[in-house]
Order: sequence, then structure tokens, then C-alpha cells
Amino acid sequence: MTADLTKLTIAEARDALAAKDFTALELTDAHLAAIERASALNAFITGTADQARVMAKASDARRAAGQVGALEGIPLAIKDLFCTDGVLTTAASHILDGFKPPYDSTVTAQLWQAGAVMLGKTNLDEFAMGSSNETSFYGNVVNPWRQYGSNSALTPGGSSGGSATAVAARLAMGATGTDTGGSIRQPASFTGIVGLKPTYGRVSRWGIVAFASSLDQAGPMTRTVRDAAIMLGAMSGFDPKDSTSADLPVPDFEAVLDQDLKGVRIGVPDEYRVDDMPEEIEQLWQQGIIWLKEAGAEIKSISLPRTKYALPVYYIVAPAEASSNLSRYVGVRYGLRVEEDGDDYNKMYERTRGQGFGAEVRRRVLIGTYVLSAGYYDAYYLKAQKIRRLISDDFKRVYQDVDAILTPATPSAAFALGDRIDDPLSMYLNDVFTVPGNLSGIPGISVPVAKTEAGLPLGLQVLGPAFDEEIVFKVGHALERAAGFNEAPDDWWSDAS
Amino acid sequence: MSNSEKNYIEGATGPWELVVGLEVHAQVTSKSKLFSGASTAFGAAPNTQVSLVDAALPGMLPVINEKCIEQAVRTGLGLRAQINAYSVFDRKNYFYPDLPQGYQISQYKNPIVGEGAVTIDLEDGSSRDVAIERLHLEQDAGKLVHDLQPRKSHVDLNRTGIALMEIVTKPDMYSSEEAGAFLRKLRTILRFLGTCDGNMEQGSMRADVNVSVRRPGEEFGTRTETKNVNSIRFAQQVIDYEAHRQIEVLEDGGSIDQETLLFDPDTGTTRSMRSKEEAHDYRYFPCPDLLPLKMSEEFIENIRATLPELPDAKKDRYMNDLGLSAYDAGVLVADRDMAVFFEGSAAGRDAKVAANWVMGDFLAQLSRRDQNFANPTVRAEQLGGLLDLIADGTISNRIAKDVLDGMFETGHDADRVVEEKGLKQVSDTGAIEAMIDEIMVANPEKVEEFRSGKEQLIGWFVGQVMQKTQGKANPKVANELLRGKLAG
Repeated sequence: MTADLTKLTIAEARDALAAKDFTALELTDAHLAAIERASALNAFITGTADQARVMAKASDARRAAGQVGALEGIPLAIKDLFCTDGVLTTAASHILDGFKPPYDSTVTAQLWQAGAVMLGKTNLDEFAMGSSNETSFYGNVVNPWRQYGSNSALTPGGSSGGSATAVAARLAMGATGTDTGGSIRQPASFTGIVGLKPTYGRVSRWGIVAFASSLDQAGPMTRTVRDAAIMLGAMSGFDPKDSTSADLPVPDFEAVLDQDLKGVRIGVPDEYRVDDMPEEIEQLWQQGIIWLKEAGAEIKSISLPRTKYALPVYYIVAPAEASSNLSRYVGVRYGLRVEEDGDDYNKMYERTRGQGFGAEVRRRVLIGTYVLSAGYYDAYYLKAQKIRRLISDDFKRVYQDVDAILTPATPSAAFALGDRIDDPLSMYLNDVFTVPGNLSGIPGISVPVAKTEAGLPLGLQVLGPAFDEEIVFKVGHALERAAGFNEAPDDWWSDAS
Repeated sequence: MSNSEKNYIEGATGPWELVVGLEVHAQVTSKSKLFSGASTAFGAAPNTQVSLVDAALPGMLPVINEKCIEQAVRTGLGLRAQINAYSVFDRKNYFYPDLPQGYQISQYKNPIVGEGAVTIDLEDGSSRDVAIERLHLEQDAGKLVHDLQPRKSHVDLNRTGIALMEIVTKPDMYSSEEAGAFLRKLRTILRFLGTCDGNMEQGSMRADVNVSVRRPGEEFGTRTETKNVNSIRFAQQVIDYEAHRQIEVLEDGGSIDQETLLFDPDTGTTRSMRSKEEAHDYRYFPCPDLLPLKMSEEFIENIRATLPELPDAKKDRYMNDLGLSAYDAGVLVADRDMAVFFEGSAAGRDAKVAANWVMGDFLAQLSRRDQNFANPTVRAEQLGGLLDLIADGTISNRIAKDVLDGMFETGHDADRVVEEKGLKQVSDTGAIEAMIDEIMVANPEKVEEFRSGKEQLIGWFVGQVMQKTQGKANPKVANELLRGKLAG
């Protein structure tokens, strides 16, 4: 019986727990067992099995006492970028060796408040910098999906690759992710799950290791749109500890899912056809348009003319903020310290940061330092901020005519590990469809809708106006229903472990 | 003749003009830090007043402390300055162990307060305005402690994140006297406003001193910046030393390096702090964790409505309404606590008499007892009570000094001290007459001398009466009665 429990969605488990079909502890144990068999995927940096069982028992006790939160007894995986009280938090970086924060992030605290159970901390690209999960100090994550007839290991995408894999491989019912340039939506697309980046300010950033503060946003990664709506409800809300958090009420996201799309205007941006995009992604996009039309939506061709500037702007703004955010990791107060006899503080900083940060993080810190330097600030950072505003204006303008936008989630399906890690520019192109949403702060969801001919999942992206996650959920849910994609990858990893 | 012309320094090759600008770091009076809830109290054990935000743990975010914003606006209004309803917090990036974040949150291009002015009073009785360039808010850094272990340094983060106001003047002072007058006046204004305690010895006010010299009428010369000067006297020493050093260099055909200096109080000289190769590129950019600060007109006006009377206005009122001299008014308003005390003791009384007592005997008592006007044993109303007893003739001025001493000893009110010590002035004519009779009987030869024309002996007789009453006899009454009796 326990093997089946991992196949349930959060919504299904919620009902079954309420019906006392099984306990939270049984549900948690089923997932802990699955995690134990899946070490070949390397989805977790830290397992928290003991804590998970304690939390699950406490959840059962609460349920017995009639206290039932929105995620009561639901076992979740937490991206290891969220600080968790007393539990190793690494950001997948050597430099945070041994760091156990004495606090929970606002998001995780809210999840525990809602009754959720923590299974463990998932692997990611170091400091969330990467699109393939290969920059992790703890080794790459492996995508549970493989091409038909192939045993080659594929990337799950990144940076939330561990979370995506955990959810896709049925190791967790849902997971937290963070999305700075596509880090929820791209791995969701690569692993055939749902990933939502909320509006900037919807979810508190307090207690999440910062990458690029003006872009970072936490969101849910689940197997269904409904599960994402349930999870986001528990994650979001105003937090006075985050000055960029929006003081707005949290809607009942789940309530809008089944509303029909009559009168909903969907924009299809011409600029999201990029060079070398596989034909099957173009076809999938067209299929999505047809599905939404059939669901009653009105399709409109729109133009987002500044789209082509989004990636260059992103790769100035994000590294600039990162170079400053990562200045606190110097080995003085916590984490790794590398020093030799006779070192002054400068020497100790150099050794610690030189050895503590991986190549991609060092690259971005250097880029960020450069674009903020005297003499270059105006030409790079300031100009990028101006263009960022224009990109945002593009969206504001089209949202006067459409309610949501449909695009592919990624310009390709999952690629082989090792394929692009030595070619940063081609790696950065992964985020071409997701980055504009981060730069504008608007919400976006990646919904799995089909498989490629080679057997790999692909997602479509729905973008909505700021603080209108409801339209995103509604359209996403319609796509999900129409596509009827509910496949799981074949379990090859349990034998491999 | 402008002020600047007065202060030329005569060099070997002609006159030089000294130009001074100051950047004053004033610690904001507030219970908690600029972006965290940790306490700001001075003198706590190391690292006991440090929040997760101050220690820059991963994922921590700054949240603006509105009290600090209020204090900055209040200060801006007190400096008669432009208040900027829109301002921006920036990150100033550099690595140093006392800076946990690796950046200081400060304000760079859009400070909360713009141009203003401070009126300084100079020793020759003249006054002039010194132009303020801006005031911005920023975080203080921590403190490195080097002497606990021979080869390791330690860091105390208690100070980390405390709000500072950096108050920047234009290069608008032309002598060390003017700079000293500015710092004193600024400190007085901050204390009146209650926005900074101005205690330089505790580091809650410190100055970066910018000095340059030029030939009269020429462009500004290259300036040096001496950092973290923590007394007004030291600031003046820096200015005088730097002026003469720079003139000497220039007159020898050399040039001044734009550099950062440290002042050594032991030698009274400055030395270079860091070389140009180490010059920082701070990579300022708007802090993405904080939204731009927008203040409503109402917020600013509410603060304006609660501004106290400031030293200049107070001084005018003391002179015009209370009839005090410019000197007395100036002395009283230079110390906010003294002014408050004076007003408490002078209310409904003769202000000049009150001023004389406050600045004279009362101040002397304070300094003898190592007290100050903020929290003296004898309160302002109690001094007022003493003045009342003088005014209604209960005690003489001379006795009053003893009464004040008694008040300081016991903390009791003046009338109680007079009662307890039996110092009440004797104006009872019958009692005094009886004493006079006794004295005349005992000293017939003196009576004779007086009556034969030696009228100055009246003083001797008054003295006798005073001796018999231990000074309590009303001298006026005694005098009148004596003249009557002696006249026979």
C-alpha cells in the first residue's frame, strides 16, 4: 500500500488523510522510503527523516485534536536555499559548510504552520546560479526522465533541480523552489511537473539565501496545478520582515481553478520564436493555443518588442546584486574559513572565497563587480535598469488588451549533463522565455503538457499581470485538463541505487 | 570685509586662504538600530546587542526603523534644510571585518535631507551662516578589538547597524575657530532636537575634517580628509596643522595629494591612512532589499509641528523678552539642559536674577559636586523657591548662598533648609532694637565717636548686629534702626 501513497497528489492525500485512509506518518514513511531508494538521483543534500517522522506524528496528533492546516500531514521537500531552523542549510555551496541557521525562513515557517512535513533539503545550483544543477558543490542532480532507449543521464534543469526531481520521481508531494530567472519553471518543464513563480512581493524572501534580491521569488513545485494553488496559499502573504513584500490579502487560489475561460483573452507574443527552437516546441505552442481556444479563450497576437534585451539585462542586474549579496561570505562569522598562519584578513577572505565559491559563482561575482565599477556603472548597470523598465512597460501595455500570455516554458527539452556546462552563453539561453517575467516581477507558471518524440516532457508557460496569480492558475489548469498529461518517469533509479 | 578675508594665513610667499568642510557623523538617538530591532545602548558587553540582520546571516533583510527617519527629518528641519520626500538607500560595497554584510547601507544620490544652514557665533560677537550640503542616513560599522590575543583580532558587532546621520557642510569655513564654532553649534542644535546626544568621547558624534588652502580668489586647492576626529579641540588642531603643512608643501613647490589621513592626538599631527593603490571603488547601487523611501507632506509637517524652540530663537527671546544680555543669553542656550533649567527657575520671577544665579552660584555648586544641569540634586523649581525667599526678604543674598549649599547637601526645599538651620532673616524691629541697645551700652566710646561726627562707624555697628544674629538680621532694617538710635 505504501508504494502507492507516493503517487497521490497533494489534493488527493488531503482528502484521504481527512477520511483517515492512512496517517500522516504512513504518508511520510512512504516518501522517506522512496527517497532512500533514489540516491542515484542525488536530489537531496540533507535528508531529515527523523525530523520528518516527528513532524508527521505531531500532524497526526493535531488532526486527532481537530486542528487541520491547509497542508496538514503533507510531506514536502525544501530547496536548500531556504533557511531551516537547526538544519544544515548550504545553498549547495562549499562556503556554507556546517551552517545551521537558528531560524526558519518565513516560507518554511508558514508551511510548518500549515501542517506540512519536511522530508529534507534539496540539491540546487550553487546559490541558485545555474540552469542545469551542475554547479552544485554536492554534485549534479539527475533527471528521472530519460530519452526512449537511452541510459544517458539528463539534467533536471536548474537551479531548483533537486526539488523538480524529487517531485517528478515521487519522492515528495511537492517542493519549494526559487525563481530568479526561471529556476522554478525551467526545471519544472524539464521534469514534467508544475512550477509557479509568483509575483515579486507575493511570497516573503526573509530567510531565503539571497541570489539577486530584486528578482528572487519563491514558489511551489508540484505535480498538478491544483497542488500548486494549495501550496502557494500556504507560502504567500505579507511579511513585515521583508520590505519588498506586498501588503495584499492572499486570494483563495484553489477556488478559481475550475472557472471557464469564456471571454479570457490570451496573448501570443511574436518575439518568443527564437532561432534554433525545435519544431516540436513550436507545434506544442500551437497546440496550446488550440486547447485554450477550445476552452473558450480568445487568442490575440501581441508584441513584446524588448524581449530580445531581457537576457543581456538579466545577466547584468542579477550578477550585480549577487556580487553584493555574496559579500557576506568571508569566513568570519559562519561557514567555511580557509586561512594559513600569518594571513591577514584580506588573505583569509581571498582563500575562503576562492576555495568556497565554485566557478560559476566566481564568474557571476566578477561580472557583477565589473558592471558596478566606477566608469562602467552607467554603461552597464544603469542602462540595464532602464531597459528593465522598458521590458516591464511592454507587459503593462499588452495587459491592457490581454488577460494572460501563453509561451513555451523552455526553448528545448532536458539536455545531457555535461552538454553545456562549458558554454555559459548557451546555458544562459535556457532562460530566454522565463527571464522577462522576473525582470517585470509578473507571475508565471510552467505546466507539463506533452512529451517530445524522444520521450522527454515539455511545458508551456502562462504569464499573468502582477498580483494576478488567479488568471495564471485558471489558464494553467485549463491547459492541464486539455493536455491530460499525467505521466511519471519509469523508475530506473531504485535499482541503480 | 568678508569673514574669509580676515583669516588669511601669511605664508613665506604671500597670503593663503584656508578652506574647511566637515562631514559629521552623528549617532541617531533611537532605542533600536536603523534596520534591525537590536538595542543601541552604549557600553553593553561585546556582541550582546546583535540581531540576525546585524550579523548578516544568510537571508536576513533590512527593515527601516521609522523612528530613525523621523529623527533625520527633525534634524533636517533644525538645520533649516530641504527635506526630500523621496530618498533612496544605496549599498556601499567594501570588505572589512567590522562590516558583516560586506556593504554599508547608506544614501548616495538621493539623501533624505538637502541644503540647509547653521548660524555660528564667533568670539568677536559676530555671527554667520555655514552652508549645509546634505544629511543622509547610514549604518554604523562594528568595532575591531586587537588586544585580546597576540595574533588574532576580535570583532564586536554591538555598534553594527546603529543609525548615523552624516551631516555634510559645504567647503564654507575659513578658520579653525569657525569650524569649532560650527561643531559646537551643531551639537547644541542636535541636543535641543533630541536627535543625537552629541557625546563625542563616546563616539556618538565624530567628524571627518576636509582641509585645503588656496591663494585668495583662486579655485579650491586639493583637499585632504582626516577621518574620525572625536573632539572639537582635535578638529581644530587638525585644521591648523593641515593648513600649515599644506602651505609649507606648496611654498616648497610641492603639491598636495588628495588623501585620507588620521590624526594622532599625542603628536598633534596627521598621517596617511591608506595609499591611492588601495583606494576603494565602493560600487554604490540602490539597495534592492529596500524600496525607495517616500514621505508624505503630512508626515513631515507632523514632525515640524513638534519641533522645540531652537538655540537661535531661544537666544533672541531671552534678549528681547527677558531682557538678558547677549552674552548671558548665549551662555544659557549653548547648553540645552542649562537653558531648560534656567527657564524652570525663572518662570514668574526676575529673569536676570535667575540667570545670575544659574550661571553663577548654581553652576559653581554643580561643578564642585560633579553634577550637570540634566540631573542636579536641586531642581529648577527648588532654585526658584530660593529666589522667592530672597525676593520677599526672608533671607539675604549672602545667606541664600549658604541655603543653596544646604539644599545641595540635603535635597530639601529652600524654606525647609532656612527653617532647619534657623537662617530666617530677622526683620523683627523689637528684637533688633534690643540688640542695638545692648551694643550701645557695651560700647559707649564708639557711640561717642559716631555722635561726634565719625559717621562711617555705622558699618561697624551693622557688623555687630550681624554678628549677634549670625547674619540673619535684615541689613536694611538694622541700618535704619541704628541711625535712629545713634542719632539719640
